[in-house]
Amino acid sequence: MLALTSPVKTPYHGLRAGLKLGLLALATIVLFALGSLWGQVAGLAVVMALYALPGARFARAGVAALRPVALFAVLIAAFHVVTWTPVEGAVVVLRLVSAVALANLVTMVTPLSEMLGFLHWALAPLRALGVKTRGLELAIPLAIRFIPVLGEKGRALGESWRARSRHRRAGWRIAAPLAGLAMDDADRVAEALRARGGMAGGTGK
Amino acid sequence: MTKKINEKDLVMIALFAALIAVLGLVPKLTLASGIPITAQTLGIMLCGTVLGAKRGFLAAALFCLLVLIGLPLLAGGRGGPGVLMTPWAGFFVGFPVAAFVAGLVMEKMRGPVAVAASVAAVAGGIVALYGVALPWYMVTKPAGPLEAALVAGVPFVPGDLIKAVLAGLVTQALARARPGALLSRS
Repeated sequence: MLALTSPVKTPYHGLRAGLKLGLLALATIVLFALGSLWGQVAGLAVVMALYALPGARFARAGVAALRPVALFAVLIAAFHVVTWTPVEGAVVVLRLVSAVALANLVTMVTPLSEMLGFLHWALAPLRALGVKTRGLELAIPLAIRFIPVLGEKGRALGESWRARSRHRRAGWRIAAPLAGLAMDDADRVAEALRARGGMAGGTGK
Repeated sequence: MTKKINEKDLVMIALFAALIAVLGLVPKLTLASGIPITAQTLGIMLCGTVLGAKRGFLAAALFCLLVLIGLPLLAGGRGGPGVLMTPWAGFFVGFPVAAFVAGLVMEKMRGPVAVAASVAAVAGGIVALYGVALPWYMVTKPAGPLEAALVAGVPFVPGDLIKAVLAGLVTQALARARPGALLSRS
């Protein structure tokens, strides 16, 4: 599956996932506290410097990852042009771009395995209290495995639908058969899971 | 929270989390207002109408967790903590609440499956989801109620109404094709 992690190795890869997420939370709080336009410009400059440090290829990937935010930024900008509050609008748009870019940076330099490791660590207090986290830790890899399987089934359903129809795209019409096919697998997977220890095995008490 | 969840429940929760992700990949339509709509919230509504309140909530929450740890599963290929940073993030954070409310209404309501599921989808996917998303927009942007309604509410309502009706039809088709599949009504 496509991952958002960058193939370019950066100095940030060496930092612990928990530290990076902690710094992100801190930086986000600062960004939201900065009310002045120049404060936000400075914030964006720092973020851009962080992206520039690992090189041009990394920075380009970072800009590409920001594309989905453009629509949101345009919507906000349009509203502030209509109501003629341009400074306020600029502060909000700059903050939005900086905050998303910073969070994307953490995603780009933190492999999924390290995020899962952090999650396991963060759940430790719950385990200490006697809460069983095994279900969650089983469900995550199961769902990750099911996504390409269902994606493939959805593609096949869409293809056969196209073969029978003059419309090009099946769209929502495959939702019901796709959910049905998904449920057909549930019994067998649950059986296999039970045979391997199920909810009782592993690290849970 | 995992109490009384057996292996079958766990697998169904993981499967529906994956279903939300796959429905987000279905090519999106663009409404006249320029707002893209995808089938992702259809997946959220189905979690509630098919799995019921508790399992639906857990499936949607699992999907949100997968997105937050960096999988590009949110419609448009977005993922990672960055999805929390836009003022529209309430539409993402509210997913589990929406699935829960849809499930609750589906469990309580009698009558034809398609009607009950459509009503449940409106209650969860529109009333409850916007109930989270609009205040979220007002606090994080920050903005007044009128701006929130104009920029974050009204443009999405037509698409979500269509999806609620579709959720009703899909739930009914599923109930016909797989008797006993509706855990929300068993």
